[in-house]
Formats: sequence, structure tokens, C-alpha cells
Amino acid sequence: MTELVIIGGGPAGMSAAVAAYESGVRDILILERDKKLGGILQQCIHNGFGLHKFGEELTGPEYAWKYEQKVRELEIPVKLNTMVLDITEDKVITATNEEEGIFQIQAKAIILAMGCRERSKGALNIPGSRPAGIYSAGTAQKYVNMMGYLPGKEVVILGSGDIGLIMARRMTLEGAKVHAVCELMPYSGGLIRNIEQCLNDFHIPLKLSHTVTQIHGKERLEGVTISQVDEKRRPIPGTEEYIPCDTLLLSVGLIPENELSKSAGVQMDRITGGAVVDQNRQTSVDGIFACGNVLHVHDLVDYVSEEAEIAGKSAAEYIFKKNTEKEAVRIPITTDGKIRYTVPEVITEKKDISVFFRVADVYRNVEICVYNDKNEKVFSRKKLKAAPGEMENIPLKAAAFENAQSLRFELEVK
Amino acid sequence: MTRELTCIICPRGCALKIELEDGKILSVSGNSCPRGEQYAKDECCNPQRTVTSTVRCEAGRMVSVKTDRPIPKDKMFDCMERINAATAKLPVHIGDVILEDVFGSRVVATGNAE
Amino acid sequence: MFDIAIIGAGVVGGMIARKLSGYDLSICLVERKNDVAMGATRANSAIVHAGFDAHSGSLKAKLNVRGSEMMEETAAQLGVKYRRNGSLVIGFNEEDRKELENLLDRGNQNGVKDLRILEKEELHALEPNLSENVECALYAPTGAIICPYELTIAAVGNAMDNGAVLERNFEVTDIKKEEEGYLLTSADGKEICARTVINAAGVYADKIAAMVGDQSFSVHPRRGEYILLDKEVGNLISHTVFRTPSKMGKGILVTPTVDGNLLTGPTSVDISDKEDTSTTQEGFAKVIKEAQENVSTIPFGKTITSFCGLRAVGSTGDFIINAPKKGFINVAGIESPGLSASPAIAEYVAELVKEQGISLVEKENYNPCREAMHHFREADMDEKNRIISKDKSYGKIVCRCEGITEGEILAALRTNPKAVDLDGVKRRTRAQMGRCQGGFCSPHIVEMIAKELNIPIEKVTKSGGNSYVNLGRTKGEVK
Repeated sequence: MTELVIIGGGPAGMSAAVAAYESGVRDILILERDKKLGGILQQCIHNGFGLHKFGEELTGPEYAWKYEQKVRELEIPVKLNTMVLDITEDKVITATNEEEGIFQIQAKAIILAMGCRERSKGALNIPGSRPAGIYSAGTAQKYVNMMGYLPGKEVVILGSGDIGLIMARRMTLEGAKVHAVCELMPYSGGLIRNIEQCLNDFHIPLKLSHTVTQIHGKERLEGVTISQVDEKRRPIPGTEEYIPCDTLLLSVGLIPENELSKSAGVQMDRITGGAVVDQNRQTSVDGIFACGNVLHVHDLVDYVSEEAEIAGKSAAEYIFKKNTEKEAVRIPITTDGKIRYTVPEVITEKKDISVFFRVADVYRNVEICVYNDKNEKVFSRKKLKAAPGEMENIPLKAAAFENAQSLRFELEVK
Repeated sequence: MTRELTCIICPRGCALKIELEDGKILSVSGNSCPRGEQYAKDECCNPQRTVTSTVRCEAGRMVSVKTDRPIPKDKMFDCMERINAATAKLPVHIGDVILEDVFGSRVVATGNAE
Repeated sequence: MFDIAIIGAGVVGGMIARKLSGYDLSICLVERKNDVAMGATRANSAIVHAGFDAHSGSLKAKLNVRGSEMMEETAAQLGVKYRRNGSLVIGFNEEDRKELENLLDRGNQNGVKDLRILEKEELHALEPNLSENVECALYAPTGAIICPYELTIAAVGNAMDNGAVLERNFEVTDIKKEEEGYLLTSADGKEICARTVINAAGVYADKIAAMVGDQSFSVHPRRGEYILLDKEVGNLISHTVFRTPSKMGKGILVTPTVDGNLLTGPTSVDISDKEDTSTTQEGFAKVIKEAQENVSTIPFGKTITSFCGLRAVGSTGDFIINAPKKGFINVAGIESPGLSASPAIAEYVAELVKEQGISLVEKENYNPCREAMHHFREADMDEKNRIISKDKSYGKIVCRCEGITEGEILAALRTNPKAVDLDGVKRRTRAQMGRCQGGFCSPHIVEMIAKELNIPIEKVTKSGGNSYVNLGRTKGEVK
């Protein structure tokens, strides 16, 4: 029996491990599939990490290193090159590595921190051939940043998610020509600063309401046809433009990687693609917690670390049975559609919490309102702008839901 | 004249408005913090960027690097030429200086390589 | 000088090579692509048809029924996954019912076993996710599913293990009759001599036949587009669900695959370009619409990839298997049910070879069996640990979506016919075939291929030819 097993040694897993240790748990094990701790941060060599958490601007590997050092100082055991194959509802973990083969561990508590993966081209059904030269932006990032290879020289990027924007700059600096970034939606899914410093700095056009409608080329990609789309995201005939290129990078969304969560019987949320959790990041399965991008896709690693601290602390409380002494409540949170989801989506404890959420569209002059079941406004905050690419985070005092049976999050647009 | 910029200092991405006259800054608005004001001034008079990339190590491996302070924006590609020509000796640790004085900055390792 | 040269390493060429490798013959299998199973075999419905479709008395009907009977044992010998899941031809109305009765009669004439018509209640009990308005179906319990490229890779591998030679990247551009046989020349000037030539060149079989002066038939490509869905929904149905054939063709089918995915398609569009495997917006729309008419709850949001295959449609309406010249055998126009018929085609061709005056003497040490490439994947935990204890690379997962280990990938790179590119590894191991489509694991596999073939990483291709995965190094060439 291991008290706490953490699945994934990326920013979420490491931060959760440190928080659990600092809350008194000593029997911790991190299982990491890669040969190094740090997860996807290792290939995110650009800067912009850590401003919120550490007050300085770090690159991905530097941010990861800060946590890796803590993990090492605290001597928290880590198994590298170890892939978890299965988790049961009873918290039996099956994993494999070269030295031990396939082995099982019974855990008292589990923190899911497996991160997310990129939506693949297959899911897009772009008409045309299937040549070499089409990659998800993250795959290209691995070739360029980790291996030192240039997957292509004449590049079009579909999707303006942050990884796509970052790769536009990385490929440009490494000698490729990025011809355009096409975005299906009328707004970018990435951070404004990335549009500024990754596209505008290099005069790379961002084509909003555009998509790739045809792939050309037999062996290696030879070009793409892009088209403008209407308000229903359908290509508009007559707007086709052919761009010769040898590479198409896709940055069309991230999907929490929850195959293991599902095998453990964890209840999933259709919108986030992650588990349904309470304010402690506990899932529907007692003693299984989730945090970071496996729970919902974050824009900033700093918030991943913070969320993982909540999960780490809560797992410690669970292990030391502190939860059982508290008054049981169950306050579900609903949203109005303009707010797509909240994390947590249920409150089970009367304490100050913070609620993360994303909006469905770009809205200006908004008021974020929280109502209880008696229709009393218990929280409100005005904002100039809310956009799907930028996750919101609001604090809720315990007093705000003192007598509530449920809470409703609404976005009022002025 | 008025210049509009998006602040890139932090993920908030404030919309900055700068009033200029004969290249001199009269006022900055739209920023949420003092760093935004500084960014606005720098961006109008002397735009600067941090460059991140990789350097080849011995044995063909790569290690990630950055300029340890921003360099003039128009020198980014010159900076890349210096970085591309460099070779790091193993082992490399985070913070190791790979190149001295690249447009007023040093190029330092941001990753470890044994 | 080889005794036999087979042009085309698709399922037909591969199965013929395997059959003939059982005799004392020297065999060369020539393939224009970088790997086997790259033509019509690569992308089709992956069905072993029961045999009620083809017109009674045709070669198609005869070889389909025989092939279907042989397939289970063939697959077992070759270590290829095969599942007799049964097929259903569904009908929505009285007109369809009449057609199903015709099919039933034809199937009975062709010798297909255990065919019967199911009425609504029994049908929906058997396959609960069929659309509500499906009224009846022709049930063929002998229908089965198999993976066509797994079968072909195994057949070619088995032929090679028994002495056959595979010559890749050999596009035959000229055939000369010589005193003792034929001289085949490739596009890049390589030459191969053989006493007997077997033309199994798929959509190009007419061009090959014309090289020896046989212009008695033509082959044109028929495009078929498919959409493949995640394993998460692979058990939505258990049978292969066809629509009642009409003047408009056989329509869109929905079937589980042997690997647990859900496959829907194909469209059916005659084209002229024998290389055009591009997918189309109209194709996607048709597949989605008709598939949902069959099984209304198919969640196309779970699509993991789409692809297009070309069927080699002959001008005669039947399989074209003949010897127009002494020592030259056509195996052409092998459209559906070619996969199903392939073991029987091989048997039939062996007889034709004999008729060319080649004596078929059984090889003493012939081994018809090949170890299953999916053995590790399907093994239980104890067996897996036994394997890992001997070779620890089986303990290391490379493809996380499909759970494929380094050991399995190395085996694919080292077992006949060896994988030499990314797609070759994919077809042999399923690595990169899961929901992330190689996003995470392909860089690692590229490194493994480079190391195994001892080539620079920039020379690794997706699928041979010019399909390089990387176009250079970020810091220029190493000095």
C-alpha cells in the first residue's frame, strides 16, 4: 500500500506532490512516463512562465526545474520511464517499465495529473491527400526544440491556439517561412501577447474566420487551399486561396487525456473533457483527485501549479481522514452557456474557494454574476472583455454560499 | 499622434494607448501596472525581445537557451545566427553562460544536458 | 533468373507468393512502393464476405465462397486476427425485402451456409443499436472481419521466411520476352529475370498486361472514402452492417474492425487518376449521412481518421485470371470480394502456374505458419512479464494511445517484411494509430527507424519516396 500515488510528473504532478508532502504525507510516489520530470514544459523552451507564481519570467524547462529541485530536496520517490496502464475504482494501479515489467500498486489516494494531448488532424476530416508534412504543433515543437530538426520550411498553421502561435515564432527563428495562421473562429484561441510577439513581430498574417479546405501533395505536402468561412463556420465558395507550402501545423485544441480516469470509473464532464470535481479537486471516486490539464485545459502553468496544490493538500486531508469531521454539503454549480463550465462544478465544503471558468465567445463589457437558488446575487465582478482563450478565476467566500442549495454562474453582457 | 499596442509583459495583454509628439512620449494609458508603462515606453523608443532557442551540444544533442535579458527587436535574427553557430560543452546546467555579449545580453542555458 | 516474378505486393500478390513458396521455386515479389499492401489492399472495408453478392457461376462467386471458407485457417496459420462476427444486410422497406430475398437465393446457389432473413424483433435484439426504422435483414453468420494489410504483411513475411525475395521500390516500366522467360525493368533501371510472371498489379494490371501485348481488358480505379472512429465506440455494433444494394450501389456499411475500432464507408466514385486517394467534403457528407441512417447513434465526434482507397475495377465485371501468353499470368480486376477470395485466388493461380509447364514440387521444410505480431499485445500479464524479463524493451511503452512497446516496434523493424518507414511501423504495430494519431510517439519512432536502418533522421520517411518527415536541421549541417 502506498499512501499517495501521483500519475504524471509534469507541473501538476510535481506541485501536487510537494503540497501533499508539506501537508504531512511522506509515502508518496510519482509515476512519470518520460525519461525526465517536467512533462510538456520540457519542450516549451519559450519564456513567459512563472510571472504569477515566481514573479519572474521563466522558460518551460526552468519552471519545471524549480519544481524538480523541490521534489529532489524532499526526496519524493519518482519512477521515470513508467507508463500507467490501468487504474481501478479500488485504486489499484497497473504500470509498466523496463526494469520491473508490469506491476501493480495499491494506493490509498491517487492524484490524476496526466495532462492533455492535441486534437489530431484525423478528427478534422480535411479533404485531400495524406502526404507527409502535417503535424500537430506540439509534435513539431518536439522535433524543433528537443531534437534539433526542422520538420518543414514553408509553413501554414491551422488554429491560433497558443502552441500554434508559439511555433510560428519558433519555426521562423529557426529558419522556416510561416505564410499564415488560419483560425476558424472570428477570434483567436490564444493569448493576445502571443499574437503580438509571435505573429505581429514577424509580420505573419492571422487569418480569422478561415480554414484549410483542401490538402495537396502526394508524398510530401505541396500546398493547402484555405477558404473563408461564414458565421456557421462553413467555407464560403469563391474565397479559396492556394498557398504552396511543405508543412501544415495544427493547433486546433487540446483534449484532457482521461483514458485512465475513465478506467477508474471517474465521472466525466462533457464540456471540459475532464473529471467532475469538487472544490478539493476530488473526483466522483472517493480518494481520487485530478488537477492540471487532465482536469481542464489551462492557459498558464502558474494556475496549474496552484490547482495542483489544492489537490495535493486535499489528498493529504483525505489520507489523514480530516474530511470526515466536516459538515457534508452538496452545492452544484450551473452555468448560463455564455459561461461554458466551472471548475469545481460542485461544492462539498463550506470554505473560501476559487472557481475557474471559460466563456463561450468574445464578450465586451461584461459582469460576472453568481446567484444562489433564491436568486440573490452573491458575487459580481465587471470586466472590459472576456474571451474563450483566457480562463477566468474568481474567489468565492464561504459566506457567499452559506445557505445556498445551488449556485448559478451568469455572464451579463452590457 | 496616438499609438496603440498590446502589452506583452504578462498574459493579461492590456491594450495600451501612447500619446506621442515628435517621438517623445506624452502619456501612457490602458496599462494595469508600472511594467506596462515601461513596456509602452520601450516599445516606442527601443523595442526589445527575449530570444529563446536551442544550441547544439557536443554529440549532436540540443540544449535550450535564452538571452538573459531582452535584446533589440531588430537584432533577433542576428542573435539567432550567433546561437546557431555556437556549440555547448557537456555537461550543461541551467544558467550556464553559452555566449557572452550578444547585443548586450548573454545567452544562457535554460535546460540541463549531461 | 527467378522461377516466378510476382508484380504487386498487395493481398493478392502476397497470398500467391505465400502459396508458391510452398514449392521448390525461386520467387521474387516486386513492389513499386516502399512497403507491401500499399494499393487497394491498404484501404478497404476489411471484410471477409460470406459470398452472396457475386453472380452465381462467376469466378468471383466461386473464389469468394472458397476463400471465405479458407480464411479462418489461413489467418490462424499466419497469426492474423480474424473474427467471424457475422454480417447483416439491412432493409428499410418492402422493396428492400424483395432484394434481400434475391440475395438469399443467390447466396444459397453460391453455397453460402446458414443464410436467413431476420425480422424486426429478432434483428433488433441481435443488434440493438440499429436505427429504429430498419425492418429486416439478411443474416450471414459466416461473414467475418480481418485486417487486410496485417494479412498481407503476414503472407509476404511467411513467403520470405520460406525463401521468397521482396524487391521494393521496383516500379515495372518494361517487360521483354526473352528466350527463357521475361526481363522486367524498373523505372530506375533495375532488372529482374523470371521464367513466369504473375501480374497482380492492382489498378495498374492493365498497363502491365499491355507490356506483353495483352490489351484484352482495362482496369479503372474506383474511389472509396472511409471514416474510422475511436475504440471507445468500437462496440456500438457487433455485426458488419450493409445496406441493401440498389442501382446506386452497395452503399455505406458500418462495421467493427478486428482491432476494435468502428469503420464506416465506402463511397463509390469511378475516377481516372490511378494515384488519387484524396478524400472529399462530399464523400465525408455521404458517409456520415448514410452511416447514421443505418445506426443513428454513431458519434462522428469520435472520428480519429479518414482515408480513401482505390478499388481495381476490371472491365469484364468478373475477376480476370488467365494466361494470355505462355509464362505470363494475369490476376486482374480483383475488386471486392478480392480480400475474401485471396486464399482461393492463390490456390487457383498455382494451378495456372502448373499449366505453364512449371512443376510444383512441395518444399520439404516449408512452414506455413508465422508468429503473430500481436502476440505481446494480446497476452495476459504473466505472459507479458515473461517476455519483458527476456527483453526489457517490451516494458517500455512508446505509443501511449494503443499501448505499444518499444519491443513491438523493434520487432516490426526486424521481422520480414521489415518496416522501413513511419507508416510501415504503424501498419505492423498500430503505434500512431490511436486517438492522438502519432502526435506523441512519432518523433520517437523516427529516431528508432533512423537507428535501425542506420540512416540520418532527415532521411526517415512517412511512406517512402519523397515523404520525408523532417526537411533539415535547425542549426544547419553538423560540421
